[in-house]
Formats: sequence, structure tokens, C-alpha cells
Amino acid sequence: MLEKALYGSKGYYVWIMLLLGIIGVGSIAYYTQLTQGLKITGMSRDVSWGFYIAQFTYLVGVAASAVMLVLPYYFHHYKAFKKMIILGEFMAVSAVSMCMLFIVVDLGQPQRLLNVLLHPTPGSILFWDMVVLNGYLFLNIVIGWTTLQAERKGVTPASWVKPLVYLSVIWAFSIHTVTAFLYAGLPGRHYWLTAIMAARFLASAFCSGPAILLLLALLIRRLTKYDPGKEAIQSLAKIITYAMCVNVFFFLLELFTAFYSNIPGHMHPFIYLFQGMEGHGALVPFMWAAAAMAIGCLILLIPPAWRNNENVLIVGLLMLFGATWIDKGLALLVGGFVPNMFERITEYGPTIPELAISMMVYATGALILTILWKVAISVKKEIA
Amino acid sequence: MGINRREFLKIAGISVVAGLGGASAVDLLRRAPVEASQVSPNPKALTAKRWAMVIDTRKLTETDCKRIIEACHRTHNVPEIGTKQEVKWIWTEEYEHAFPDDMNKFISDEVKHRPFLMLCNHCDEPACVRVCPTKATFKRADGIVMMDMHRCIGCRFCMAACPFGARSFNFGDPRPYVKEENRKYPTRMRGVVEKCTFCTERLEEGLMPACVEVSNGALIFGDLDDPNSEVRKALRENYSIRRKPNLGTQPCVYYIV
Repeated sequence: MLEKALYGSKGYYVWIMLLLGIIGVGSIAYYTQLTQGLKITGMSRDVSWGFYIAQFTYLVGVAASAVMLVLPYYFHHYKAFKKMIILGEFMAVSAVSMCMLFIVVDLGQPQRLLNVLLHPTPGSILFWDMVVLNGYLFLNIVIGWTTLQAERKGVTPASWVKPLVYLSVIWAFSIHTVTAFLYAGLPGRHYWLTAIMAARFLASAFCSGPAILLLLALLIRRLTKYDPGKEAIQSLAKIITYAMCVNVFFFLLELFTAFYSNIPGHMHPFIYLFQGMEGHGALVPFMWAAAAMAIGCLILLIPPAWRNNENVLIVGLLMLFGATWIDKGLALLVGGFVPNMFERITEYGPTIPELAISMMVYATGALILTILWKVAISVKKEIA
Repeated sequence: MGINRREFLKIAGISVVAGLGGASAVDLLRRAPVEASQVSPNPKALTAKRWAMVIDTRKLTETDCKRIIEACHRTHNVPEIGTKQEVKWIWTEEYEHAFPDDMNKFISDEVKHRPFLMLCNHCDEPACVRVCPTKATFKRADGIVMMDMHRCIGCRFCMAACPFGARSFNFGDPRPYVKEENRKYPTRMRGVVEKCTFCTERLEEGLMPACVEVSNGALIFGDLDDPNSEVRKALRENYSIRRKPNLGTQPCVYYIV
């Protein structure tokens, strides 16, 4: 089936070349990082993780979101998702690949990566994160590819695929739970030390991931005339809206606990993020933009009449994406490190090379997604 | 022969998985102590069941602290980088930053501006050891939290986990920033995390840690498990505090205020 990715329209080739170009430019930046070290980034002794790990965290959510299609389709036999489900599975493959790349580019000694396997340490959450991410990548490639191939041949998928599908549903929850545990188990990082972290991660994943999927599916419909179906679009929009409500609710719970308990350590990260502290407030405009977009997207998405209007839906989804990305792809990480362990403020901002390397990873993910979706849509059109 | 390509691949695949999985399973079950053993231990070496440090902050001035920091950083080839990507093993903080949970506004001016030496606490329950995915940082039988610079992958999970900000990462090559290289101690390469080691290399030669040696008695180092040790005596006779004890990591650096 892979040969389907070799033939396409002129626009398809241009898009692939563009992605390869971005990857090329990013590679130069990554070469600099390999030879000079992470000093070319904006990270510091106080903010020792930055843009890379934040993107990794956000993309784990995007990957986990495939379950919002798989679960209704396989557990509840909700057939409307038939044409959408393969897009979700392949998007998970692309997202998990980006997660792993972001981890690799963040390492100080990437050539020692396999030490994680040579010296397996089950006490470390990072060890388990490697296990669940690789497992989820494997599950989605196998399930997506075999079901698509079976469909092409006009037969039902092999009987061993079903158990894998059920496993993948549970697995999707595990990848985001384990990723939340990376943060939620650390003493002294007040912004992260919260029992609701894994639940927040899942809620934000189940709105932001499907939102990205739906936006891309609508784009693909315009470009390739591959229509996932009106019912599928509206159902997914409904799921997204519910998940975003839960996501915002969970965030408000955090605010309540921090401010009603009045414990300074718990309030400080929120104050730094939303108001700034001691003259430092790099993230303040972003945080308020995120808050505005979160409320805005709920206003647009909750009334069914607005949500079912595709133009309004697209605006709502874009706002939702913006709000969740700032919350999880930026603020979550910085809020854990600022103020630091000495109640001092060291701010963080990514550097140009750091952003170029991130763009390289995003372009690689986009390339994987483009190829897989091209295959899937070509096959679907062939059998239609 | 009754074996076709498909069956061969199946058997080969299963053998590989069993081989790899088996080896690491044995590794996990064995739980070998991570102590490196010496061929012939130095008879002069200082040993203890639980190393700990008591810092008598009443006896320390800015100049003393500067001397102590210099002694440590010179001995261990700690680079002087001077940016926010700095590396430091021991340094000073003011009271409100050293003990941020104690928010007493009306503390005496003298204590408020007294320099407090900050270093790795060599915790009994070290969060950094718990999170390390490669066991590159580990706790020795004598309580010292050590690093294997050759195993560290530079993921910096330990830096996120340490509630005391004791760890530094070599963002770039540290060697150009080492003023006078001490040939008796290794320099580090970029991409690894480092911190205070309670001078394990000096203890093995029967010497006290470099900071203790130049502290004129303000820093006391000894065995916490020995009731007759200097550290226990100091803790018995003086009121002492530790940093962030509520987090349960059980720091082994004590401050007499």
C-alpha cells in the first residue's frame, strides 16, 4: 500500500518538498546542538526543561486522542466514525513519533539513549513512559495498517486485531497517565504536585487531540474530497466540547485548592503565570489569551446550533487549540520551574535554534502524517 | 524439511524477544548492589554507616564561605560559567531563600543576612535517585548520593525532582571554563548532570571533604549512625534545622542557626 504515497498531485509534491526543506533547516540547527550542547537553548539551571519537553507533553495528548474514535467505534459499534477512525489511528502514529523525537532532541547525551534499556529501572517513571509510548506506536501502526489492508482486499481483518484494538483503548489512557506521573510525583514542584494532574492531562488530551484531528480532516475534505461524513464531524465536535468543559472545570479546581487553602507555594506559580512576580511576567499575555480563548471556544461550541455550523466550528476549534496549547505546551512546564526551589525567579524563553529544532520535529511528524493519510485516503477512494 | 519461511521467522523472532527480555529480567531480579568494589581498599580510608554534615552558620562569614566554595570548586574542576546555565556544587543563599517555608518577617537582621551554604543534602530518600531512568545517580551504602557521569543520558529528570536545586547540567563543554585544572580529579563533558559528592575521592584517601578542611571547624562531617561522632555531638548540643524537611526526603545536611 505504501506505493500510494509515491504518486500524487503537484500540490502534494510541493507540500512534501516544503516539509523536507523545513526538516533540512532544522537539521542544521540540530547539528549545532549536537556539537555544542544544549547551551544553544534558552534552558537554564533553574528551568532545566523547556520547549522540547513541553511539546512532548502536548503531543502525548494528541496521540491519546485517537481513543475518542476507537472507543465509540469498537465498544459501542458507532459506525459513523468508520471513515474517520483510520485518520485518528495514523495521527496517533505521527504524534507518538514526534513525542519520541522531542525526547531525543532534549537529551544531553543522545547517543547513550539505549542506557534506558541496558539498565532498566522500573522505579523511574521515564522508563515506563518509554514502554507505553513504544507500545502505543506499535499498536496503532499494526491496527491501522492491517485494518486498512483488509479493507482494501475486501475481507474482515484478522481475528488477532480485535484484542489489540481493545488493548489500544486502555493503552491510550496509560500513555497520558504515565506522562502526567512524570510531573505529579516530584516533591517540591507545587504546580505539578497535584493528584488531579493525570485527569487534567486526559481531559485536555480528549479535547485538543480530536480538535486538531477534526481541523485536519476538514482541511483534507477540501483538498481531496474525502468526506468523513456530517454525522462523524458533529459527533466528534460534541465529544470535544464535553472534554473541553471538563478540562476547564479541572483547571478551576486547581485554582480553588491553591487560593482557598492560601498556601503560598501553591499560589505562586499561578500568580507568576497570570500576574507576574517581582517584575517578571513573560507568560502573562499568553495566559490571559489562553483564558480568553478557552471561554470563547466554549461559548462557540456549547450551543448545538453554532457548533453544527462549520464556519463557527472551525473558529471554535482553533481557539480551543490555542488555549490548550498555551496551557499544556507552554505554561505547565514553566509553572513547575518558576519560581525556583529558592523562591527566586529565572525566566525562560526558547531561542531561535531551539524553535528551529522543534520545527524540524513538527515537520517530521507532518511528513509521517501526510504519507500515512495519503495511503489511507487513496485506499479508501480506490474501494469506494 | 517441515519448516517454511514463515515458521522460521516466527521462531527467530520469539528467540530474539526471549533472549533480550530474559537478560533484562535476570538483571531486574538480581538487584545487585551498585557499589563499585576496590581491588585493595585503602586502609586509611574514612568510612561510615551514614555520612552527614553539620554547618554551624554562626561561625561563618562571607569570606569563610568564599574560601570554602573556592576550595570545593577548584578541587573538583567546577567550571565558572557565570550565566544562568552555570554549574555549582556549593554556594550561598540568604535565609529566606535557603528556608523559603519559614516566612518569618521579623527574624533578626543578623540571621537574615547571614550566608547559608547550599549543597547536595545526600538525602536518605533521594527523589533524584528515584526518578533516574538509568541508575546513573544512585545512593551508596554509606548514604552518599553519587553520579556515574558515563552512564548519564542528560535527561535532567533528577534536576526537576530535586527539591533543593542541588544539581547542575553541563549545557555546553565545561572545560574551557575551568581556570586551573586539578589533574587528580576528572573534568566532565557536556550533556551530563553533576553535583556535590561529599568528596568520596578524598574520603577514600583518608581526607575530610575539601569544604570541611578549610572551614576552621564551622563544617562538621561524620557518621550520623555513631552516637559518639562529632556530628551527633554537635546536633545533641545545639538546635539545628534542615531544608524542607516536610518533603520527607530526610536531608543529611544540618544547619545550626
